[in-house]
Amino acid sequence: MELQTKHFGTVEVDGNELIRFEQGIPGLEQYKTYALLPVDETSVYFALQPVDEAEIALIITNPYLFYQQYSFDLDEAVKEELAISKREDVAVYNVITLKEPFSSSTINLQAPIVINVESKKGRQLILTDDHYHTRHPLIQSQEGGERRAHP
Amino acid sequence: MLILNRKEGESIRIGDDIEVKIVSVEGGQVKLGIDAPRSLDVYREEVYRAIQEENTEAASFSGELLNYLKNQKKD
Repeated sequence: MELQTKHFGTVEVDGNELIRFEQGIPGLEQYKTYALLPVDETSVYFALQPVDEAEIALIITNPYLFYQQYSFDLDEAVKEELAISKREDVAVYNVITLKEPFSSSTINLQAPIVINVESKKGRQLILTDDHYHTRHPLIQSQEGGERRAHP
Repeated sequence: MLILNRKEGESIRIGDDIEVKIVSVEGGQVKLGIDAPRSLDVYREEVYRAIQEENTEAASFSGELLNYLKNQKKD
């Protein structure tokens, strides 16, 4: 299917690859279905593009590229909701708030986006411990890290 | 908004499976106990609101900043 977007123009996406956020994303509750679009050649940045709204998108990244020690637990209710049966199916992304200049951009480590890449179900969690907040600096180390989380 | 008076140790019930109990009241602070299905998330209002606001802000960004990201190249 074709998707009209403000930031990426008209993009062709496979309807089977769309990700369903059944509970919505806080602040964007009305949008349930998103396309995951690559942003750059290095596969560091992606966009979660609501299929029903061209004007907005969330820029997300693999948090482990920036914060190698990042960790949180996935509780059973979330595993059930996303139909997660094995860790290989879990991808974790965090939302970047882009700011001018780019170096002052921040990453929201308090609310990781967990996606089951097999079932295409996603959920933004809200961590309740005190370790993480919504605005960690997006530091520029792009070494190490892993593509997927190990819940 | 529905307003109910409750004493320490008393509860209210929301629907079939949510119970909110007043555990204690001390010095202007109310301690609540919440029994709800695990599939239902319970957050402090300000925490949920902070996530909403951050997402809303993150969802609108300038084309210039995005272009900077798009132009990231492999080494």
